[in-house]
Amino acid sequence: MSGHPTYVPKSAAAKWLESRLPILGLAHSSFVVFPNPRNLNYWWTFGGILAFMLVAQIATGVVLVMHYTPQSSLAFASVEHIMRDVNYGWLFRYAHANGASMFFLALYIHMFRGLYYGSYKAPREVLWILGCIIFVMAVATAFMGYVLPWGQMSFWGATVITSLFSAIPFVGDQITIWLWGGYAVDNATLNRFFSLHYLLPFMILGVVILHIWALHVPGSNNPAGIEPQSEKDTLPFHPYFTIKDGFAVVCFMIFYFWFVFYVPNYLGDADNYIEANPLQTPVHIVPEWYYLPFYAILRSIPSKLGGTALMFAAVLIPAFLPWLDTSKVKSAAYRPLYKIFFWLFVACVLGLGYCGSKPPEGIYVVASRLLAIYYFLHFLVILPLLGQYEKTRPLPASIFESVLGERGKHLAAGAKPLQPGE
Amino acid sequence: MTASTTVEEPTRRDFLYIATGAVGVVGAGFAVWPFLSQMSPDATTLAAASLDVDISGVAVGQIITVKWRGKPVFISHRTPPEIEAAQNVSLKELPDPASDESRVQKPEWLVVIGICTHLGCVPIGNEGPYHGFFCPCHGSVYDTSGRIRQGPAPYNLAVPPYRFASDTKISIG
Repeated sequence: MSGHPTYVPKSAAAKWLESRLPILGLAHSSFVVFPNPRNLNYWWTFGGILAFMLVAQIATGVVLVMHYTPQSSLAFASVEHIMRDVNYGWLFRYAHANGASMFFLALYIHMFRGLYYGSYKAPREVLWILGCIIFVMAVATAFMGYVLPWGQMSFWGATVITSLFSAIPFVGDQITIWLWGGYAVDNATLNRFFSLHYLLPFMILGVVILHIWALHVPGSNNPAGIEPQSEKDTLPFHPYFTIKDGFAVVCFMIFYFWFVFYVPNYLGDADNYIEANPLQTPVHIVPEWYYLPFYAILRSIPSKLGGTALMFAAVLIPAFLPWLDTSKVKSAAYRPLYKIFFWLFVACVLGLGYCGSKPPEGIYVVASRLLAIYYFLHFLVILPLLGQYEKTRPLPASIFESVLGERGKHLAAGAKPLQPGE
Repeated sequence: MTASTTVEEPTRRDFLYIATGAVGVVGAGFAVWPFLSQMSPDATTLAAASLDVDISGVAVGQIITVKWRGKPVFISHRTPPEIEAAQNVSLKELPDPASDESRVQKPEWLVVIGICTHLGCVPIGNEGPYHGFFCPCHGSVYDTSGRIRQGPAPYNLAVPPYRFASDTKISIG
């Protein structure tokens, strides 16, 4: 990764290792002296929070696998065994189930942060696309994980989502049977979902490493949306951003474990405490909250193929943002119109989520359709046109100046950056 | 972290730094404990830790094997010659000296864990030069009291905790 190779190993052991595998220097340049823009706000801590959540999900998941049985006649009972018999099993299961929600909460905030500050624009297009790939992989991972407890919502969620593929013209039914490994969701489906649910997080981890690599080439974007020009515009990663990220992770953990300890089933569905029954569908099927906006788009289209296609399009379209948003200015702070449209888009996604949680009838269908149309209008019409017609505000000359305002202008000429401990 | 170089005394920042680190270490300890504890035997395993065995059907001279905590336990209904052989041995001859009286509660019944003390194989009953137990893996020979007599095993077959719940019922564990 980029950064200044200023690391000089001190001990003999470190010298020995560094001359054979320069991993200490890599860590030093990436996470100690790495220059971050000095004006990063707390919205930039969600990358670190996500790294923590991914590790937490893998750690608790590995523990759950030690006690879980991926077999259709035993899976449900083995989850209850974890809850009742395994030492701290309840803690691991609640931490893992709520951890998925927390992962998506942090992921959505991280993505909307990128939208607001234009973090997807040159030279960070590959960084953004890698993030979109992580998002799609996380969606698949969480879906397959939800199937494993083999409750009613697990089973019927799996049935509904895999049936989406039957919308593919001509070969849809064959593809669905291939996905299931049978003529319905059954033991073969559970086994392959278990295998892939274990595999995908490690693939996510690999893409996260690429994501950080791609981040460290240009460095982080920042609230001003202008690139650092001198050392005055940056601060070393440690201690400034290790402490800031660490504090944010601790605050996030308080929120996370409030759910785990006090309302562990609030985000879940009571129907999933009923064992899977292939002969009876629950009255009201609702996916987990983090899928609701896309679920609303799926239901709003009165065509099986159309709904499926638009739902997948809605998931994938953010990856094309670097070319859909034509504005040269990154940060919404200097884009008065985009700032309004950004919040309208946030409201649109929240509205879709609300509609997705309601039965598909009456006003909710109408609202879903209008919001789904607006969702695509935002990407395909508003963003391309905004770049042409919006009158942006003047950008500050430097990050240093944007932080310190008028005082910065005077200081910028000769001031040194603050040193740690100063 | 670098403290101010002009102040010799520990600074407020030093205190905060060490105090925060200490709280972090304690918190990490609390977080690590469930990860270790979850690998210990769970409630179902602990609930299955004791076993009642009906021994009314075990004929004289017969050895039955029961499973207790996942391991084989031999219950041997010894014949008078076997009891005599077990009792009439000088302790000096034994690699792991123990009297037969110290290893049984009733002379007719020998209860031992059926795992060779060498490397964990299950010995075969009524076999070997002493007509006690013989381990097929590396040739350890046990007598009718389950004591090691020949071969590489260092100790006698272990006696599990048990009691006679009645004349015909043994409670192991």
